Amino acid sequence: MTKASPNPLVAESPLKEAWGVFRRSGLALFGLGLLITIIIVSLIGPLIYTVDPIEIIWAPLTAPGMEAVVPLGTDYLGRDMLAGLINGGKATLAVGISAALITVIIGISIGAMAGYYGGQALGGRFPYHPFPKLRVTEFFQVLPPLLFAMVLVTLFSPTLPIVAVAIGVVSWPATARLARAEFIRIRNLEYVNAARSISATDNWIIWRVILPNALPPLIVSSTLSIGIAILFEAGLSFLGLSDPNIVSWGLMIGSGRQYILDAWWVVTLPGVMIFLTVLSVSLVGDGLNDAFNPKLRDR
Amino acid sequence: MTFLPALLKRLAWSLLLIVAVLVLNFLLIHMAPGDPADVIAGEMGGATQEILDAIRKSYGLDQPLYVQLWVYLSNAATGDLGQSYFYNLPVLDLILGRLGPTLLLVMVSLLFALFVGTALGVIASHKPNGLVSYTVTIISIVGYAAPIFWTGLMLVILFASVIPLFPISGMYDIRLEGGMFVRALDIAHHLVLPAFTLGIVYLAQYSRLTRASMLEILNSDYIRTARAKGVPEIMVYGKHALRNAILPIVTIAGLQFGAIISGAVLVETVFSWPGLGTLAFESILARDYPTILGILFFSALLVIIANLTTDMIYRLVDPRVGTSAK
Amino acid sequence: MALLEVKDLVVDFATRAGKARVLDHVSLSVEPGEILGIVGESGCGKSMTALSILGLVPSPPGNVSGGAVYLDDENLIEASEARMRQIRGKDISMIFQEPMTSLNPVFSVGEQIAEGLRLHESISSARARTKAIEMIRAVGIPEPELRSKNYPHQMSGGMRQRIMIAMALACGPRVLIADEPTTALDVTVQAQIFDLLKALQQQNNTAIILITHDMGVIAQLCDHVAVMYAGRVIETSTTETILSAPRHPYTQGLIACVPHLEENPGDERKPLMEIEGVVPPLTELGAGCAFAPRCARHMPVCDDQKPVMTDYGPSHSVACLALADGDAP
Repeated sequence: MTKASPNPLVAESPLKEAWGVFRRSGLALFGLGLLITIIIVSLIGPLIYTVDPIEIIWAPLTAPGMEAVVPLGTDYLGRDMLAGLINGGKATLAVGISAALITVIIGISIGAMAGYYGGQALGGRFPYHPFPKLRVTEFFQVLPPLLFAMVLVTLFSPTLPIVAVAIGVVSWPATARLARAEFIRIRNLEYVNAARSISATDNWIIWRVILPNALPPLIVSSTLSIGIAILFEAGLSFLGLSDPNIVSWGLMIGSGRQYILDAWWVVTLPGVMIFLTVLSVSLVGDGLNDAFNPKLRDR
Repeated sequence: MTFLPALLKRLAWSLLLIVAVLVLNFLLIHMAPGDPADVIAGEMGGATQEILDAIRKSYGLDQPLYVQLWVYLSNAATGDLGQSYFYNLPVLDLILGRLGPTLLLVMVSLLFALFVGTALGVIASHKPNGLVSYTVTIISIVGYAAPIFWTGLMLVILFASVIPLFPISGMYDIRLEGGMFVRALDIAHHLVLPAFTLGIVYLAQYSRLTRASMLEILNSDYIRTARAKGVPEIMVYGKHALRNAILPIVTIAGLQFGAIISGAVLVETVFSWPGLGTLAFESILARDYPTILGILFFSALLVIIANLTTDMIYRLVDPRVGTSAK
Repeated sequence: MALLEVKDLVVDFATRAGKARVLDHVSLSVEPGEILGIVGESGCGKSMTALSILGLVPSPPGNVSGGAVYLDDENLIEASEARMRQIRGKDISMIFQEPMTSLNPVFSVGEQIAEGLRLHESISSARARTKAIEMIRAVGIPEPELRSKNYPHQMSGGMRQRIMIAMALACGPRVLIADEPTTALDVTVQAQIFDLLKALQQQNNTAIILITHDMGVIAQLCDHVAVMYAGRVIETSTTETILSAPRHPYTQGLIACVPHLEENPGDERKPLMEIEGVVPPLTELGAGCAFAPRCARHMPVCDDQKPVMTDYGPSHSVACLALADGDAP
């Protein structure tokens, strides 16, 4: 049964319709709620639970639930696990989101240009345009992403901004391919020709006509980019390649690695946090994917 | 063979890619902050002024950039990827020494993921609401969201303390005596956990993809024709449907080789598996840039080879490629 | 005794909007060597009848709730799946409407024909391959040895349909069910396919059940016709009778709908004939005649009582209550 809009002659905007479908999926809402919770805990948590995650406050390798002072135990130096978990989210989320932003901005820009101008577009007006088949992305995809990011971070310096840029640099090809495919699909549709017939400039067509219609799969892809970037950041900080002065979940796992046989919580708990964060992002992404899928509209 | 010209084109392009990676390496050395001679010597190399001068000479660092690039490229063409001042070995030898274990790990993981993943996907497609299908969904969610190094560490905890069934580090037991067969078994024993960790992530993907692909194909007209011919259900699934369902899997597996190598870096670190991944990690700690860049180049080479192979396999499996439609 | 007899077949489908009775006590029969046409609008149950005969009704939503299908004197509805697999492709074969998608894209056409042969006849692979090539020749495709190695995408629609026919007839079935075999093809190709079917039928004395929505095809090929509406058979007779003296109001409407080229069109232009109204959804059928809401000869009793097939002459049955009293117009 379709959800009846108040006036059947006035269609809802695609975004509102998508939200309607999204709302109906239990998993998607759960994911969204989980994500919001994690964000809130990461941002506001440190203000409430003010224990300094770097300060040594108790005996090293205390198990969770043993001492009330350190409810989730301590790491190998004697630092509070709970504080680490609460504070670790900031760096992870910051890097994850900014890396995803870089990925998306570069990816969509290049992909849009390639899709619009490439090859046989526009009656072959630009046969030698530099982005004919996006060979550039093929080149980038040949380099194993983590290795490349490791090299970049090492060469330049392991600070958070560099890490975010490195992740963005290795991740944009996938987004660019998707954007290019969407632009190629849409540029041949009737309404683009209509825009051209009223002398719209190429810029106008790309950014104001095609892009808004290419948004749904790009939004889904961007959401998934955040999850990928978070896993990336976790991997880099696990290997000790991120800023050692900033608490992050990956760093906690990496530095606690030697002690896992005696203290499983040092490694397990931060990993659970990463898992929950990526899970929530991925559930939201799946929910958005279903929401924008016209086949599921009239359920 | 009808696909020979296309194959040659791909080979030529691959060669171009290889050169491009080398150029990238070259650029990276020169883009890094600091003196390129220092970069090449590595900060922990204990480089004396003599060594630095020698480097400057052999790399021609006082020459114009394009001359340097030519030197670099022609060196690489003869197999000279530079010298690791940290290990005191030519980079190429260093890498070749560690290439074997990584290849072993990656291939076994990939085969594991492909075979078991496809099988699970087919079973899940037969009963989309059954236990196997449910398991596939759960595994794919966990496999995707859990960091691969964390899964590895969880397995380490499991198999070190709880069920000491598999060794949790290294590739073989150096104390072991015996012939090749015994040694091979020992390596296989050590391979189980790392290969499982690396494989499970991709197994999750492939099983989910196979299931979706099979479900879509099972609704096609040609499956209906097969049934109308009296083909038994097992053959409908295993022959008619599966041959079509594996096509997207081949494509995706090929595209993911770079990601698999990245995963191998993390897995090798967790399990102390003596491959390129641990070498990369060590040389990064030691700021041994020639080695790092050499590893980057080599892994890119592996990815290129994997892409070519996947392309060829795909052409063999899908008769629509390379033949003209009427 | 009839070669194949469908008796009171009932098939229900569970849909989101409720239970749909897709086949409501459908009965028809085919003699050896006869061509029976089943005609009706989309959704009237023609294809479902065919699928039910072969036991290919998709089983989670669909369900055979009653009736029987007799091949000689064996009830196929009660046969085991293994038995049905023996029958499919060997005793009863079927070809479908979409030649473009009905062949497996990753196997050569020769292999697809040979597979049927290997399944049903105990012959070697080599012999099967040879026989497949013979079948390809038999359906009129030149250079059969070369063609048997082709893949479906290398062939045109008409050729693919010929391959389908070759596949279906390879094991010499006694009944061939053809579900709208030419709807997706050009008219010229259509004629060729029908000539082929007719020739093969005469050669092998195969009975054909031809499903179509095109009265012209019926006129060309069929000996007998069954007309279906909303899951029910409402009239069966010889082709001649159906075309010249149909009795059921729906059949009459169908015949009248076919536009004719008049000899003297005159100045007066007549609008195209149509049957008013639309086919009701199968989930909303009431207790009475399904055609009643659109019927020109509608009587009050038509809404309450379902008409049963009654004989009105040698091999002419009609299900209509309006004929019970008085003569047909």
